[in-house]
Amino acid sequence: MSYKVVHYINQFFANIGGEEMAHVAPELREGFVGPGMALNTAWKGEAEITATIVCGDSYFAEHEADAKEKVLAWVKEQKPDMFIAGPAFNAGRYGYACATIANAVQEELGIPVLTGMYEENPGADLKNKVLIVATANSAAGMRKAAPVMAKLALKIMKGEKIGASAEEGYMPNGIRRNFFEKEVGAKRAVDMLIAKLSDKPFTTEYPMPSFDRVAPNKAVKDLSKATIALCTSGGIVPKGNPDHIESSSASHYGEYSIAGVDDLTAETYETAHGGYDPVYANADADRVLPVDILREMEREGKIGKLHDFFYTTVGNGTSVANAKKFAAEYAQKLLQAGVHAVIMTST
Amino acid sequence: MVKEIERAGIPVVHMCTVTPISMTVGANRIVPTIAIPHPLGNPALSLEEEKAIRRKLVERALEALTTEVDDQTIFEV
Amino acid sequence: MKLELGYIQIKDIQFSKECKVDNGTLYVDPDAVKAYLYEDDDVKAWVKDFGFDIAKPGESVRITPVKDVIEPRVKVEGPGGVFPGVISKVETVGSGKTHVLRGMAVVTAGKIVGFQEGIIDMSGPGAEYTPFSKLNNLVVVAEPNEGYQDHKHEYEHAVRIAGLRAATYIGELGRSVTPDETAVFETYGIKEGLEKLPNLPRVAYVHMLQSQGLLHDTYVYGVDAKRSLTTILCPTETMDGAIISGNCVSACDKNTTYHHQNNPVVANLFAAHGKTLNYVCNIITNENVYLADKQRSSDWTAKLCRLLDLDGALVSQEGFGNPDTDLIMNCKKIELQGVKTVIITDEYAGQDGKSQSLADADPLADAVVTGGNANEVIILPKMDKVIGTLDYVDVIAGGHAGSLRPDGTIEAELQVITGATNEMGFNRLSAR
Repeated sequence: MSYKVVHYINQFFANIGGEEMAHVAPELREGFVGPGMALNTAWKGEAEITATIVCGDSYFAEHEADAKEKVLAWVKEQKPDMFIAGPAFNAGRYGYACATIANAVQEELGIPVLTGMYEENPGADLKNKVLIVATANSAAGMRKAAPVMAKLALKIMKGEKIGASAEEGYMPNGIRRNFFEKEVGAKRAVDMLIAKLSDKPFTTEYPMPSFDRVAPNKAVKDLSKATIALCTSGGIVPKGNPDHIESSSASHYGEYSIAGVDDLTAETYETAHGGYDPVYANADADRVLPVDILREMEREGKIGKLHDFFYTTVGNGTSVANAKKFAAEYAQKLLQAGVHAVIMTST
Repeated sequence: MVKEIERAGIPVVHMCTVTPISMTVGANRIVPTIAIPHPLGNPALSLEEEKAIRRKLVERALEALTTEVDDQTIFEV
Repeated sequence: MKLELGYIQIKDIQFSKECKVDNGTLYVDPDAVKAYLYEDDDVKAWVKDFGFDIAKPGESVRITPVKDVIEPRVKVEGPGGVFPGVISKVETVGSGKTHVLRGMAVVTAGKIVGFQEGIIDMSGPGAEYTPFSKLNNLVVVAEPNEGYQDHKHEYEHAVRIAGLRAATYIGELGRSVTPDETAVFETYGIKEGLEKLPNLPRVAYVHMLQSQGLLHDTYVYGVDAKRSLTTILCPTETMDGAIISGNCVSACDKNTTYHHQNNPVVANLFAAHGKTLNYVCNIITNENVYLADKQRSSDWTAKLCRLLDLDGALVSQEGFGNPDTDLIMNCKKIELQGVKTVIITDEYAGQDGKSQSLADADPLADAVVTGGNANEVIILPKMDKVIGTLDYVDVIAGGHAGSLRPDGTIEAELQVITGATNEMGFNRLSAR
């Protein structure tokens, strides 16, 4: 049995015509059309294009909702194992259509999708949502692109684990995957430095991320009436680490009551953190989580109240996504508990 | 993590040693602390001295929480 | 400075009543090694007993918790001895001749001190990730004296010394053996280099040493790196053991003593030296826990790069988290001096690979080599034999409650594997 694929192409690749025919409405044809042959050939019978959808680029741009609806209905009817669009190379509207329709098929029908285009194609803006193979900037790149797309598509249809972008040929999609390079890292680094020194092109293996910002909240008006909560990424936990928070790459956070606790001692608290020398925090956890001082201030009336619970996790090697999830979750608990401000300590 | 608490609408002060990371990740109120293994303590001092320093740092943190800021601000101690 | 390395290929290790290297086989008497280890007072004070074992490539063997990996070497000509300032007297090494017992290592293992000790599998999928699965390993398993939990720093020191002493003892056996192969490494003085290689870009290696605390230190000629200012080393000095690992960062990106002795950045810069670049020197700098130290050390790194009139610098890291800031500070400040950089790091992008990989970032860090995502999960099959103990698999960095499964397999992050995502660029592993 071979896998069924539905292919999406534009009027140009269907041989209908160029810009002057870009207005044509979508149509469904049986079997492969134009570039679909290259994919079929590469699959050697393991997969096959059973239907091709042809749509004019202007039509898609001007009647997006209508085009989407038609295409989705046809794809749904065909029940393919995969939906492939393009490749679109550097054709802007075609690239946009490929990425947009592929995204719709994936999200609304749950069918795996793949497209291909040049990196600077505006359609590549969706690369973190849709798997996009990087191609040359003109249709002359078809001979190279087709086998790459065919191979990756087959892997996906077979449910195999896909490798890193550099190996498989898709555009980096924000998901880091390990793979083995041909050369060791030090050799790659020396080569990269020599390229950089001689002003030759080089590709960084990790592009620097940009960070989002959240505007600061209003200041606390009256401390003496405020409930202050303590949180930490320094891994302070009750002695024995009852919830087994990992020393690195924590998979959960801890919520512990400090109601009635005046001071964290070596007998009662410790750190689960594996990234720093734990001796000092184990001897006196107030060095990381200043319960003693805040209790004092509470008694003096300097602050209204020290919140009864503290929230803790291990920052060491813990993914940002997890850290975000933990904090977002306990921030809601803090809100509900009427906490006015938070002191977060990090090691 | 600080950012998520801020996003939830609660003012938060980040007490940490490596303030550049805090700046990079986007904390708004930052109080620099002593050292990574003991941000709010110093084992080289006597317990009283240590507690006095911790008190000073926490007071600075509370000051940060009661100060309006427009942008990322480091409250040096 | 010029150093000749004579490589003696070790193809096999066997226990024996005598100690010698004969025709590529190391014969070793565990009792003799043990007696030598106990000649040290600290070892005597903190280690109750030593066990010895041999692990060869391809065997169904798991070594854990691994502390350090050391290559036996012996200085046969020229000043100083191996591991100066720690085992040998303090004297500048890196010139003359040194014999290397290649293809083997001394591995120290035993009860953990912190969370940061690792796993070496000699076969199976885990073996792909650690370079030490390809070596014949003489494993020294230390058993601490009672009460070591309250004296972790002293115990860690004793085990570190024991490993270095074992390597020294074994290295000595290669003193009068004729090497199978020799290679010469030489860098020049500043003026000499300019005259000899006038048209090549001047490049240095900025070698960052983990120095996060008492259990997290690297030693240079016996000096704790956290108590040192940024300074300069001749590349050949590391080959004689001028830098040793005494630290406990996550196993995957800990630079073991073996890594320092066989630093791949040094090796690859030497390979390009005189051809595409002029390899000037190594700049060693630390990764401390105080912000002022981070600022001072990175200032000095950048200053030295400028003073040496470098064109380029290659920066390697050790560990992750707050040292990412040291890395970025170094990179940024060096770039601002007009010196081009490439940095080598590894990633903590989450088990799903979707998170931001480094704790810090800067647009000037535009040339990055990565050793891979340490959070990626791996399943390690059960091994027929365990050297050390599986008691700590759940708690070492990268493990979690239930990592060690009832059937003896292990589910954990790559973090647990010694040397898996090395940030000197020792391996082929990478990520995109």
